[in-house]
Amino acid sequence: MTNERDVLITEVALRDGSHAIRHQFTVKQVTDVAKALDEANVPFIEVSHGDGLGGSSLQYGFSLTNELELIEAAASVVKQAKIAVLLLPGIGTMPDLKQAAKLGAKMARIATHVTEADVSPQHIALAKDLGLETVGFLMMSHMAPTEKLVEQAKLMESYGADTVYVVDSAGALLPYQVKERIRALKDSLKINVGFHAHNNLSLAMANTLVAIEEGATRIDGSIRCLGAGAGNTQTEVLVAVLDKLGIKTGIDIYKMMDIAEELVAPILEKPQEITKDSLVLGYAGVYSSFLLHAQKAAQRFGIDSRDILLELGNRKVVGGQEDMIMDVAAEISNRGLVHEH
Amino acid sequence: MAKVKVAILGSGNIGTDLMYKLGRSEVLELTTVIGIDPDSEGLKRAKELGYVTIDTGIEGFLERAELADIVFDATSAKAHIRHAKLLKEAGKQVLDLTPAAVGPFVVPTVNLDEHLDADNINLITCGGQATIPMVHAINRVQSVEYAEIVATISSKSAGPGTRANIDEFTQTTSRGIELIGGAKKGKAIIILNPAEPPIIMRDTIHAMVEGAYINQQEITASIKEMEQEVKSYVPGYRLRQEPIFDGNQITILIEVEGAGDYLPKYSGNLDIMTAASVKVAEEWAKNRITKLTV
Repeated sequence: MTNERDVLITEVALRDGSHAIRHQFTVKQVTDVAKALDEANVPFIEVSHGDGLGGSSLQYGFSLTNELELIEAAASVVKQAKIAVLLLPGIGTMPDLKQAAKLGAKMARIATHVTEADVSPQHIALAKDLGLETVGFLMMSHMAPTEKLVEQAKLMESYGADTVYVVDSAGALLPYQVKERIRALKDSLKINVGFHAHNNLSLAMANTLVAIEEGATRIDGSIRCLGAGAGNTQTEVLVAVLDKLGIKTGIDIYKMMDIAEELVAPILEKPQEITKDSLVLGYAGVYSSFLLHAQKAAQRFGIDSRDILLELGNRKVVGGQEDMIMDVAAEISNRGLVHEH
Repeated sequence: MAKVKVAILGSGNIGTDLMYKLGRSEVLELTTVIGIDPDSEGLKRAKELGYVTIDTGIEGFLERAELADIVFDATSAKAHIRHAKLLKEAGKQVLDLTPAAVGPFVVPTVNLDEHLDADNINLITCGGQATIPMVHAINRVQSVEYAEIVATISSKSAGPGTRANIDEFTQTTSRGIELIGGAKKGKAIIILNPAEPPIIMRDTIHAMVEGAYINQQEITASIKEMEQEVKSYVPGYRLRQEPIFDGNQITILIEVEGAGDYLPKYSGNLDIMTAASVKVAEEWAKNRITKLTV
């Protein structure tokens, strides 16, 4: 196996996938998957609650297992891979990050809404102080024009980030929009540029290839699409496609296929596919982790989950505002009653 | 009715908004606005309205300490630590609107009675002022095992201080939920939303109560009563929906529209801080006046 890599892949199933299974990961699942991914030579493996450190809550769903236990378990079984953690300032705090670093995390990904990078300087600085590889993660990148994205990415660069990601949290970006954004970042930043996709419009692979063509060298994938909404760029498929393109990831394709089939498929409550709701996430530009919450609210109020998601898109709700789902659902349902009378 | 003299320390957005609110008070007489920049918008406006203006900071005020018995500090946490000491020596009662938390946390509808003679109190955070009354409203009916609040504010109403120290918000607010709200465990989340036009401050309170049986009727009544109590000093404070019950969980959705005195109406987060501080000062003033007349 080669250690030469043109593109460095971060496997996000043990973090983004947390949303898809309502944050019910067990120590055994995480240990088995992390160990196997390490053996397949995946360079970075992200482990956290879906909403990052401190995400376990009534707002987003309580974790079955304390994420710090999961991080520690994953860190204890990897030999070459580095364990990454996600932190959203406003949800997670600096003490959480210190704790994760103590337990073996080697990479910190500090995530903010695409226009709010200036809530991250303390967390980025702390990550650097702790000796972690540090990523600035600009979520919901489709909601801001490219110039704004560049301005915010530069802020993260100035705080000390080693990499800035264009994060398509809603799976709403079209290939030409990805191209424009990655190119602009490559032109204006000195640090690495990364890309994180969601497959809600079936564009995760296409967008990822465009991003790599434009110079992104840090790419996220979720094995078997174990991620929020319709999942992310499917890692094992991406590795195979990049191999055919002559782009080295250093990852063992055969082993990845086996992990997907034998370890990850059984974790999924049902196979990942683009359902009507995940399609609407991408179409309306809504944060992918809203999916299951919207379905639950729809059931409670006896309304169509698509109506909730479309309305959330109209209101330009941002990541983390899961409480708006119940609010909007209650409103739609009240309105429905008024119509009937 | 006799009035108690007050001064505002800090001529920024918060200080200026306070100035307009204090202008309407029946028990507080604003005499002085203190800043450090003679050209600041706040000091200019104060001068136009006929208040004494001091542009040499706390030292300038201490030379004319007879101008006020109660001082609102709307500067910064760092400055407040110094101010707190000096104002205590000068015998002033101080309301701290910064995150310094030198004195005890106060939420007017919950624990003001315990701090009527305090020399320094802290107003926690905007999210704390908006949500702790509701945690208390549940807790006074049925013990709250866990309470979690989510404050969503418009990007425009989050200043550079809040942004650079965002952990301060989550940590201070969760402490307030436990200490003042009465929850055994508290958690706070803050979200900034950049939508245009700016969104009005929204707060969600999720709580889990002890016991298998949840006293839905009494809790709902207590929540609505609390809504009215807070509304008495923050007119734009309201429930957005009926409280939502699910097993032993309760979700309360709130909106806080500002009075629009100086700050725009969407920044209910800033308004509830200034309004709460005025409420505390008014109770202090009434307490002083009663003592004098007895």
